[in-house]
Amino acid sequence: MQGLADRLQGFAAALLDPSLGVPPGLVGPDGEPSPKRFAVYRNNVVVGLTEVLKANFPAVCRIVGEEFFDAMARILVASEPPTSPILLEYGAGFADFIAGFEPAASLPYLPDIARIERAWMEAYHARDTPPLEAAALAAIPDRHVPSLKFSVHPSLRLVRSPFPALTIWRMNVGDGVPGPVDLAAGGDDILVVRPAAEVELRAMPPGGYEFVMALEQGQSLTEAMKTALTADPRFDLSGNIRDLVAAGTFVDCHLDQEPERMTRMK
Amino acid sequence: MAPQNDEQSPRRIAIPPRAGVGLKPEHYRTILDTNPDIGFFEVHAENYMGAGGLPHRYLSRIRDNFPLSLHGVGLSIGADRSLDRDHLKRLSELIERYQPGLFSEHLAWSTHDTAYFDDLLPVPYTAETLSRVVSHIDEVQETLGRQMLLENPSTYLAFAESTYSEIDFIAEIVRRTGCGLLLDVNNVHVAATNQQWDPIRYIDEYPLPHVQEIHLAGYTREADEKGRTLLIDTHDRPVDEIVWGLYGHTITRLGPQPTLIEWDAKIPTWTELKAEAERAEAIMFAIGRKEQSRARFG
Repeated sequence: MQGLADRLQGFAAALLDPSLGVPPGLVGPDGEPSPKRFAVYRNNVVVGLTEVLKANFPAVCRIVGEEFFDAMARILVASEPPTSPILLEYGAGFADFIAGFEPAASLPYLPDIARIERAWMEAYHARDTPPLEAAALAAIPDRHVPSLKFSVHPSLRLVRSPFPALTIWRMNVGDGVPGPVDLAAGGDDILVVRPAAEVELRAMPPGGYEFVMALEQGQSLTEAMKTALTADPRFDLSGNIRDLVAAGTFVDCHLDQEPERMTRMK
Repeated sequence: MAPQNDEQSPRRIAIPPRAGVGLKPEHYRTILDTNPDIGFFEVHAENYMGAGGLPHRYLSRIRDNFPLSLHGVGLSIGADRSLDRDHLKRLSELIERYQPGLFSEHLAWSTHDTAYFDDLLPVPYTAETLSRVVSHIDEVQETLGRQMLLENPSTYLAFAESTYSEIDFIAEIVRRTGCGLLLDVNNVHVAATNQQWDPIRYIDEYPLPHVQEIHLAGYTREADEKGRTLLIDTHDRPVDEIVWGLYGHTITRLGPQPTLIEWDAKIPTWTELKAEAERAEAIMFAIGRKEQSRARFG
């Protein structure tokens, strides 16, 4: 008699690969094989996971239409099923999958829309913590400011697109209304963060993306400013800092030498 | 000195013998704004395994006002492999945080190798499966430090190698592990139709003294290749009249029990969902009164 391990192995393989046929010994009430009954499980798995992707990537679905989305998602489900029962994590590889999906090649911005939606999802479920307040930063003595380092908020995500992806995303979520978009108009750097309840997305100014990346990697304010200026000479330090703090990008700042967080200094 | 938690865990509140509903994000606001008279809420554990954000904020506030039960869908108790220890740990942390009155899982498997299928897949009822399931439930109860309830499955096919009936299999699990049971009456109707069992007999032979919760839901009707009715457990519509009838029979045998309306797809308005819970409660109380008067006069 077939053991449990072999039985579940055969069942699992046939679930995602219809070419394998229905494993023997799976029967209806008369003891005879019943492919239609096995198909219920196949359908539950594929349709269920497709619906999960649809819920996690609503703008991608709105752009390509439900039929196209289902066909695309089903291929991903069969080739890359979730690796965890926590389905809010499912779809981390969807943007890269779309980028390599030939029938979607006419929508070159689509992978970046998926990246925005993925970033939104991660920010939505990230750990809660209060962001750094502007007043706390203002209280730091001027002589310390150039060497300050910042810790970013756990919900912070950055997305860089060579297309106006933020504009396209906004047109395709909620009450958004699709309109003409000039794909050659330049790209979007997008800051995604959830300092309190709501996920917020904003377009970043010139050099802002490199600046936040540098801070996140542990560069001091002065070092990060140089990095940003190298990337784009239009970079404006005080405007960026003001906007980033207002957006809730950071949780605290500190000096390298000093173990105590500057924001706690009174 | 013992470390102090910033957030104090709430006290565990028992689930009352009333009707409750599955908590859906679509209804968070209405529930908090109207504070409805409802027995309890139940959530799928895996939906609250994110680190933070609105789901936890809402659940904490709802948990402050209502009894809460926790229903796992991803532990894969029926699998031939070891339980996922990381998942069990997350479950343990969630239970510590929300202190649900009941915790339940399924007689099913849903993971294989690294893949998670997001469906409750069936197991063959053999001695080998039995010993796997028993050792998994032992591990769950030991790790969580509490009893779990096991739910009877909706099944669409049978395994030629099965040597136990479903009821004997479940009864033996209860005997060996001391777990409690969740009787899903819709699953009884779905499985009984698909397997050509007698649903009344199924309920009568089920280990009823161990049942601590009942589930009710809607199903979809299809047919197999031989034209036999094939019911699918879809949770996307009201509870069927036949299932209400089976529920009445169950309550007559069992007395009032925590009863959950599951509605997980094509989510209805709050009013429609609440009406289903009210119907369950009306049946529960009507039968309870009849039983009382019979005890008094009969």
